[in-house]
Amino acid sequence: MRSFYGETLANGLMLGTARYPSPKVLSDAFARSGAAVATVSLRRESGRDRAGQDFWELIRALNVHVLPNTAGCHSVKEAVTTAHMAREVFGTRWIKLEVIGEEDTLQPDVFGLVEAARILTEDGFQVFPYTTEDLVVADKLLRAGCEVLMPWGAPIGSGMGLNNVFGLRAMRAHFPDVPLVIDAGIGLPSHAAQAMELGFDAVLLNTAVAKAGDPAAMAEAFATAIRAGQLAADADPMPPRDMAAPSTPLIGKAFLE
Amino acid sequence: MKLQLNGAPLHSDATTLAALLEAEGFGGAKVATAVNGSFVPATLRATHPLNSGDSIEVLAPMQGG
Repeated sequence: MRSFYGETLANGLMLGTARYPSPKVLSDAFARSGAAVATVSLRRESGRDRAGQDFWELIRALNVHVLPNTAGCHSVKEAVTTAHMAREVFGTRWIKLEVIGEEDTLQPDVFGLVEAARILTEDGFQVFPYTTEDLVVADKLLRAGCEVLMPWGAPIGSGMGLNNVFGLRAMRAHFPDVPLVIDAGIGLPSHAAQAMELGFDAVLLNTAVAKAGDPAAMAEAFATAIRAGQLAADADPMPPRDMAAPSTPLIGKAFLE
Repeated sequence: MKLQLNGAPLHSDATTLAALLEAEGFGGAKVATAVNGSFVPATLRATHPLNSGDSIEVLAPMQGG
């Protein structure tokens, strides 16, 4: 597996921490899946109930890599400021950079994304940009200093899987040495397995696990699918073909007419 | 003086960001701060003056995807 800014992960599952029915279920999902990375966010804290402090203790107890996001940011300034605040609170240079450009699809504003990525990289951040499968944008992100790319599979929270397999396959082929993560739109373990079979290095998902009837079991299902997909990619899958090819040898077949 | 703390109006006599955090129950908490949209690192809170009309954001770890 390719490394992420020098960190080699135990597996290709990056799991979000939002929308679980309870903190206990969240912890169970991480324990059962062995997810290597937890994505987290920053929100306003109340001096009265200090809810964020308990959540932080919960995350620390997971003993995984923490990937803070800039979710909900719509401008470069907002995303850059949020990244600085996240670096101080979480004590990591990693940042999942989101600059949202469109409300219905939560599609990234790729122009703002490239600008924010350059600013943050120059300031020492290790940027994980939430982007599309657009190769030109990907190239600009790499030139801005990103060493990882995170194209969407489908709109965030949609569960549709890989909407543009051709585009994602082209991206994998175009940037053979760049760690690539499918981020967003994953609904089923089979989607995650497909991403890994295409040669992606990891899958980042949240809702598909958190909103399942049994999140911990679903987390394990995703971990298993990702492992299977990775094994398949490493095993060099056969190319598809249009016409049948008999798998049983015809040589030596009896003449029975 | 009049301030905005996480979007809510607030009257406070605190003259620095650090004093405001202490007075509003954030003492020792894992938080990040911004004043008028600009990040203020923890190391600068004690010397960061507050002025009437300032808007302060206090953020903490939260669930995210």
